[in-house]
Amino acid sequence: MPLGTTTTTTTITTSQSCVPSLREGMSSGEALVSEADGNGGIMAQQKNLEGYVGFANLPNQVYRKSVKRGFEFTLMVVGESGLGKSTLINSLFLTDLYSPEYPGPSHRIKKTVQVEQSKVLIKEGGVQLLLTIVDTPGFGDAVDNSNCWQPVIDHIDSKFEDYLNAESRVNRRQMPDSRVHCCLYFIAPSGHGLKPLDIEFMKRLHEKVNIIPLIAKADTMTPEECQQFKKQIMKEIQEHKIKIYEFPETDDEEEMKLVRKIKDRLPLAVVGSNTIIEVNGKRVRGRQYPWGVAEVENGEHCDFTILRNMLIRTHMQDLKDVTNNVHYENYRSRKLAAVTYNGVDNHKNKGQLTKSPLAQMEEERRDHVAKMKKMEQEMEQVFEMKVKEKLQKLRDSEAELQRRHEQMKKNLEAQHKELEDKRRQHEDEKSSWEAQQRILEQQKLDVSRTLEKNKKKKIF
Amino acid sequence: MASTEIARQAGEGARAVPLSGHVGFDSMPDQLVNKSVNHGFCFNILCVGETGLGKSTLMDTLFNTKFEGEPTQHNQPGVTLKSNTYELQESNVRLKLTVVNTVGFGDQINKEDSYKSIVEFIDAQFEAYLQEELKIKRTLHSYHDTRIHACLYFIAPTGHSLKSLDLVTMKKLDSKVNIIPIIAKSDAISKSELAKFKIKITSELVSNGVQIYQFPTDDESVAEINSTMNSHLPFAVVGSTEEVKIGNKMVKARQYPWGTVQVENENHCDFVKLREMLIRVNMEDLREQTHTRHYELYRRCKLEEMGFKDTDPDSKPFSLQETYEAKRNEFMGELQKKEEEMRQMFVQRVKEKEAELKEAEKELHEKFDRLKKLHQDEKKKLEEKKKTLDDELNTFKQKKTAAELLQNQAQQAGGSTTLKRDKERKN
Repeated sequence: MPLGTTTTTTTITTSQSCVPSLREGMSSGEALVSEADGNGGIMAQQKNLEGYVGFANLPNQVYRKSVKRGFEFTLMVVGESGLGKSTLINSLFLTDLYSPEYPGPSHRIKKTVQVEQSKVLIKEGGVQLLLTIVDTPGFGDAVDNSNCWQPVIDHIDSKFEDYLNAESRVNRRQMPDSRVHCCLYFIAPSGHGLKPLDIEFMKRLHEKVNIIPLIAKADTMTPEECQQFKKQIMKEIQEHKIKIYEFPETDDEEEMKLVRKIKDRLPLAVVGSNTIIEVNGKRVRGRQYPWGVAEVENGEHCDFTILRNMLIRTHMQDLKDVTNNVHYENYRSRKLAAVTYNGVDNHKNKGQLTKSPLAQMEEERRDHVAKMKKMEQEMEQVFEMKVKEKLQKLRDSEAELQRRHEQMKKNLEAQHKELEDKRRQHEDEKSSWEAQQRILEQQKLDVSRTLEKNKKKKIF
Repeated sequence: MASTEIARQAGEGARAVPLSGHVGFDSMPDQLVNKSVNHGFCFNILCVGETGLGKSTLMDTLFNTKFEGEPTQHNQPGVTLKSNTYELQESNVRLKLTVVNTVGFGDQINKEDSYKSIVEFIDAQFEAYLQEELKIKRTLHSYHDTRIHACLYFIAPTGHSLKSLDLVTMKKLDSKVNIIPIIAKSDAISKSELAKFKIKITSELVSNGVQIYQFPTDDESVAEINSTMNSHLPFAVVGSTEEVKIGNKMVKARQYPWGTVQVENENHCDFVKLREMLIRVNMEDLREQTHTRHYELYRRCKLEEMGFKDTDPDSKPFSLQETYEAKRNEFMGELQKKEEEMRQMFVQRVKEKEAELKEAEKELHEKFDRLKKLHQDEKKKLEEKKKTLDDELNTFKQKKTAAELLQNQAQQAGGSTTLKRDKERKN
């Protein structure tokens, strides 16, 4: 068993262990954080191994499991009809994806832009690949092509949505990944530059999918014309700030050399063919002309081999990763932000997007509780005040009434007294007059008696 | 070739087509592997066991390095978990290893709550991952996964059976983490005792329904070795970081007067088996199980607790938007309801208070009305008395006037009679 090698460094490193990729900032509106901003802060100590442990076998374990699971890849091809899309697919995957039994979309006449999927299962070297080709027949074929990109956008979004829903279920199962991983955009070999439709399409889709622009039917241009055309196209792409798929930087010198070579030849000029021709004793795929054979897999004739190597042999996994980590995340965060903020596109809330919608609701709940408390306090205050007022009024009116009552009582008592006095006075008067009368009566009586006496005397 | 999971999932929708040449996608596994090697791997082990069972030593032995820490004392008041993260590298593979130790496990007199802090810790890691996964802007790709991938449960080498603390703890942990039970310090048990001990432990685990981690046997390349190893569980291990010279080699061993226990000798203990299974063969599977089984269970329970459902009452699947919108509406409705309730309560109070005050006011007015009435009565009486008095006065006056008149008349008559008399007298 091989001994583990020891590391030479013994410095303490932080948890970030991968090279931050420039492509993480690929989307414009919402710049995703780079890998360096992961949930770091966990300090890790570097340790030397003094003997065999065995986790160097981890890659093999991963290899084994991935083969067992199988792979899947979705490739979209977009371009006007007649640019050789179906032929190129057949050439790329060395199979008759589109055959007389399963005719390619170009053989079917479409009035509006359709989006069609073909799924095939291919095996090679023990590895199984589920390949989905998404075709867009009718693209750019109408007289008025406004919005012909809309069905494409809708398709890509619907795949994102399916994945998002599957990912958000309570009961999740192994989720099939039917998201579009790569879009081959076919540019007609006019030799001049990009058409307005090309620019419009790429501008609208570069933040949703990895776009690889291709010059179709490259065998209609000479190498010099091709070179010019490529330069022009790249210039226009830069002018319009279109972000086509970028190859990742690597530390490996060898790989970087290859990557730079590919970058120089963008966009790739390709030729496809369904027929095998014999050239110098070799059987090759090619297009037979009276003046010679344009070989598909000849690097001097076209860039087909580069495309195949890049697309399938070296960068297929990276295309999937970028779709997952960049394009899908952009879609998802936009979708969830819309749900959380009810579609209010509030750039001030950018900072709050680090929460989940549920955490957002929690915070809103807390705010609401605080608000309610305040409201309750205010209402309580107002209530108290009003009650106090009312009570005060009541007391005042009671006092008033009381006062009035007292007054009236006094008044009445005074009158009573007056009456009493008057009565007394009257009684006094009466009794004195009566006494007087009695005296008078008595006097009168005496007088009359005297008179009587006298009268009697007189008669005598 | 056996069908892959993806092929099974695709089902009828895909047709198999033959290739007429070498396309090159058989490099996909390599592409995937290269990416993961560049990204680095991460693995988290939890060691559960009583103080003094050699947990730290075993970790050092397994990973051929000296990790942190001094041995802990037995006087911990409760169980705490200490975790340390290390960066290891072997050939071109970088591994970020986190070792979590239970400090003070089994030392308390009352061990009823011992398992709680362990369960809380494991749940906390799941929760952290779930929170990250639910964020609007998330960085799952560079997230440092702290979820526990393997739990080594250290069984004391009593030779008899599992302790009740072990059973209770393992039962609580078996649905949250991959448990690999190991017999610690197994150089204290003889070979025959060991076989019996293992059988006893296994049967106790089975009869108590404890689900320990089974090495996977669905992949042909490792099925055989895994199923053999499954029958050797629990592994009886010995750990040592000291080296002893055996023959002409320095090997890790423990030296006794009666012989030397060699750690890496498969006749002496199962250390090599543990290392093979845990690290060399099934590390990736342990991570996968943690993510697809234990984490998913946690997540499902958590979401259901929060009221999320996959289908509405009509059994139609919810889309994420609908779910969130429904949740949000429910939430807003709840808040509004609370507000309404509070307002209603206040309206009620106001009404009540108003009624109260009105009652008081009414009473007040009634009181004064009564008083007023009394007053009126009094006044009336007074009036009557006045009238009576006035009548009397009038009568008296009349009488007086009449009497005076009479008197005057009488006087006049008397005067006249007196005059007459006088006249007569005169005559």
